[in-house]
Amino acid sequence: MKRFAKWRLISLFAILALVLSGCGEPFLSTLQPAGEAAEIQYDLMKLSTYIMVGVILVVFIIFVIVFFRFRRKDDRIPKQVEGSHKLEIIWTVIPILLLLLLAVPTVSATFKLADVKEMDKEKSDALVIKVRSHLYWWDFEYPKQKIVTGQDLVVPTNEKVYFDLKSLDVKHSFWIPAVGGKLDTNTENVNKFWLVFDEEKANEAGNLFYGKCAELCGPSHALMDFKVKAMPRAEFDAWVKDMQAVKEPKKAKTDLAAQGQELFNQSCIGCHAVTPSNQMPDTARMAPNLTNFGERSRVAGILDHNKEELKNWLRDPEKYKPGNLMTDKYPKYDEQQLEALAEYLMGLKVQE
Amino acid sequence: MSTLTQKKGFGATIWDFLTTVDHKKIAILYLLAGGFFFIVGGIEAVLIRMQLAVPNNDFVSAGTFNEIITMHGTTMIFLAAMPILLGFMNAVMPLQIGARDVAFPFVNALGFWLFFFGGVFLNLSWFLGGAPDAGWTSYASLAIHSKGHGVDFYVLGLQISGLGTLIGGINFLVTIINMRAPGMTYMRMPLFSWTTFVASALILFAFPPLTVGLTLMMFDRMFGSNFFVVANGGNTVIWEHLFWIFGHPEVYILILPAFGIFSEIFSTFSRKRLFGYSSMVFATVLIGFLGFMVWAHHMFTTGLGPVANAIFAVATMAIAVPTGIKIFNWLFTMWGGSVKFTTPMYWAFAFIPSFVMGGVTGVMLGTAPADYQYHDSYFVVAHFHYVIVGGVVFGIFAATHYWWPKMFGTMLNETLGKITFWLFFVGFHLTFFIQHFLGLWGMPRRVFTFLPGQGYETSNMISSIGALFMSLGVIVLLINVVMTSVKNVKVGNDPWEDGRTLEWTIPSPPPFYNFKQLPLVRGLDPLWLEKTAGKKGMTPAEPLGDIHMPNSSFIPFMISFGLFFAAFGVLYNGEKSWAVPVIIIGLLITFGSMLVRSVKDDHGFHIHKEELMDENDKGVKA
Repeated sequence: MKRFAKWRLISLFAILALVLSGCGEPFLSTLQPAGEAAEIQYDLMKLSTYIMVGVILVVFIIFVIVFFRFRRKDDRIPKQVEGSHKLEIIWTVIPILLLLLLAVPTVSATFKLADVKEMDKEKSDALVIKVRSHLYWWDFEYPKQKIVTGQDLVVPTNEKVYFDLKSLDVKHSFWIPAVGGKLDTNTENVNKFWLVFDEEKANEAGNLFYGKCAELCGPSHALMDFKVKAMPRAEFDAWVKDMQAVKEPKKAKTDLAAQGQELFNQSCIGCHAVTPSNQMPDTARMAPNLTNFGERSRVAGILDHNKEELKNWLRDPEKYKPGNLMTDKYPKYDEQQLEALAEYLMGLKVQE
Repeated sequence: MSTLTQKKGFGATIWDFLTTVDHKKIAILYLLAGGFFFIVGGIEAVLIRMQLAVPNNDFVSAGTFNEIITMHGTTMIFLAAMPILLGFMNAVMPLQIGARDVAFPFVNALGFWLFFFGGVFLNLSWFLGGAPDAGWTSYASLAIHSKGHGVDFYVLGLQISGLGTLIGGINFLVTIINMRAPGMTYMRMPLFSWTTFVASALILFAFPPLTVGLTLMMFDRMFGSNFFVVANGGNTVIWEHLFWIFGHPEVYILILPAFGIFSEIFSTFSRKRLFGYSSMVFATVLIGFLGFMVWAHHMFTTGLGPVANAIFAVATMAIAVPTGIKIFNWLFTMWGGSVKFTTPMYWAFAFIPSFVMGGVTGVMLGTAPADYQYHDSYFVVAHFHYVIVGGVVFGIFAATHYWWPKMFGTMLNETLGKITFWLFFVGFHLTFFIQHFLGLWGMPRRVFTFLPGQGYETSNMISSIGALFMSLGVIVLLINVVMTSVKNVKVGNDPWEDGRTLEWTIPSPPPFYNFKQLPLVRGLDPLWLEKTAGKKGMTPAEPLGDIHMPNSSFIPFMISFGLFFAAFGVLYNGEKSWAVPVIIIGLLITFGSMLVRSVKDDHGFHIHKEELMDENDKGVKA
């Protein structure tokens, strides 16, 4: 009996694990909504699924009955039925009613999610972030705070964050699955929407959500990931302050880093800024801003954040992100120079 | 023409097919070419699944992967599914309505050769510097940005093959309007002929927007215009609209004929007339009509605004109603029937749950706000494969087994057919069911790889294993085709014994003139009516007389070849010195051939009454 109970417990855990894994990862899955937008969408997904499972059940029951009851057993000729008005009206009217049930919340949610009046007001303290997508990297500008960062989006939790989206080369699509549906970054116009990052859910997800590019944009489309650091408003404000404090490039602290900085100033700074100022227009920002590179979560959005991977990346970016625009834009470095560059870059931090 | 049963040499057979204007031979050409492209697209699919079986795989490179997915989609839609369906339409529709051929046999051949040369041109890109890599949708910003000639091959290849499809559609419309046998009213037409009619109307209205889009793209890429170049005032969203105004009806161009095929099969093997025939016809027309009203649901995340999104969301849901009507009508056709589970019936029966899955996820995708999550994720990949494989490809397999004896005079092996079914059916659900979840877990589509640690590993592996089963199923089908062709056991008029429509009243394969005497149609399911009235065959609607037939012609081949030739010049325009002469020579071939066709009188020939008489007729006469 005891053994049986143990087995039951194990199988219970197995089922639980299956159900949990059926919801995907908390930092990435649309089935674990971590904010108002994702929740609205998740509710609609559930509602439509329930209705549709109902439809499937009805079809399936008839299907099974047909399979067992009406197989050919003899050579009889069945009655030739033309149809049935009653039945046909039933299966026209009921689906219409079911669809109305779905259509009303759909329309209301469509308008709710598109409501961005707040960000267009003259005097509003809503947080607005300008997202500019480039071939395989993301540029994030905070116009009111007058700072720019790249690849790692930093946002406050539990408030509406408004996004202003555009692409500067080919079309991409901005998607943070756990936090809300995607919106394309078009090449000709700005798209706007809002998202909320739920604090509790962010904690569960390790305060780091995964973001994706969802529109085919070239060879490295699959690798155009970004990360979202969600933090309480106070921490966010502190981060903004620390960023704003960087008025000119920070001085390297060690000799090695100083050598790295020199190399950086010779061939990298033409594209990569190390100050967060947003004075240059978005089109002039050629590559991710590296002001707080040392505090990023990934190298190039995909590799683990350590010196080794950074050196690998600098050695041959083409290997890790085919078709990227950085390859061959800078001289070949020897191992010592790579070490110096990595030392310098990893030391670029705003929050000591 | 006393050469009806004359044995021909290999060369003569080839020449016969190159010049034929007979709808039944053109159907075989469509099946051969479409089948070939289906295998090419299938190999591409297997490569995709091999690359995605494990994370961080480097089986194919990122750039090559994009070429493969682009060519997989383009090939399957334009060069496999549609031509194979056009093949069945050609083979069966004229027989079903009691016609001796389509309205314009010459144009019919032209349509095939244009499609064929367009498809060959597109696939030559693999050997001439790389295939298109901007996705089968070829969204303009990426397509303009794409290096090399890949996208140029896409633009020109589809333009040529699209022209062929458009011609084919118009031909079918005219045929159905004008050439139905005496008594074959619209509301007595078999459902497959009806769906052919509606799909042809969709082709007529849907292909011109694609033609416009491709033309604009051609000018942008090859002649320096700026329709889609944003820096110079162009707009890429216009491409999205043009593409989807074509692209959505295209889905119905594919699925409606499949619906027609299943309607025939359900009715035949249940020994019952189609339940709710008139509502089926009405639903078909309504689906065709609504199909033009919903294109923007492919663009919910483009940022068209809440008003547009809401309208297109509700319109999209509306399509579920006529589709639902059809599903229930099929179920109730079988209800109370005497259902025989032959291979075609296996496919038709399995189509219902498979397609319903695709249908309900379609409604889910139609709820715009939820679509912001589904869009461009693997959920969409799962959805459209459920619709297109579970609907169209199942339909194609069903039709292959069902009409094979009519087209080739011999049955496919039933046991092998069922093995094909089980392998493919299991593989299909294994491959695509799990992809719904991959999408919901945040996996975007069209990714050449995925990083570990995101929860995608197991599911992708399962999906790849499924692809293996599907391939095995197709291989068994090929073996089946070869085996039964070698054995070549001849069958009679109505090999399934439950045939209801006119194609089963004539020999398998039919003589080149189809009907010796046009049949008199007295109601829906004419053969069934005659059978239940105790008669053996149809009552003729006319006395035995001379039959007027068209002559074969090599001109359709030449017209199409000229465009194919000229396309190379357009592609290399401004790059190679021979480009302009090639354009000129190619167009001269095309327009010269058209001139010959216009100037030369070709009145066809007559089969004389005496040649048509067999022993029976003579006996009666004497």
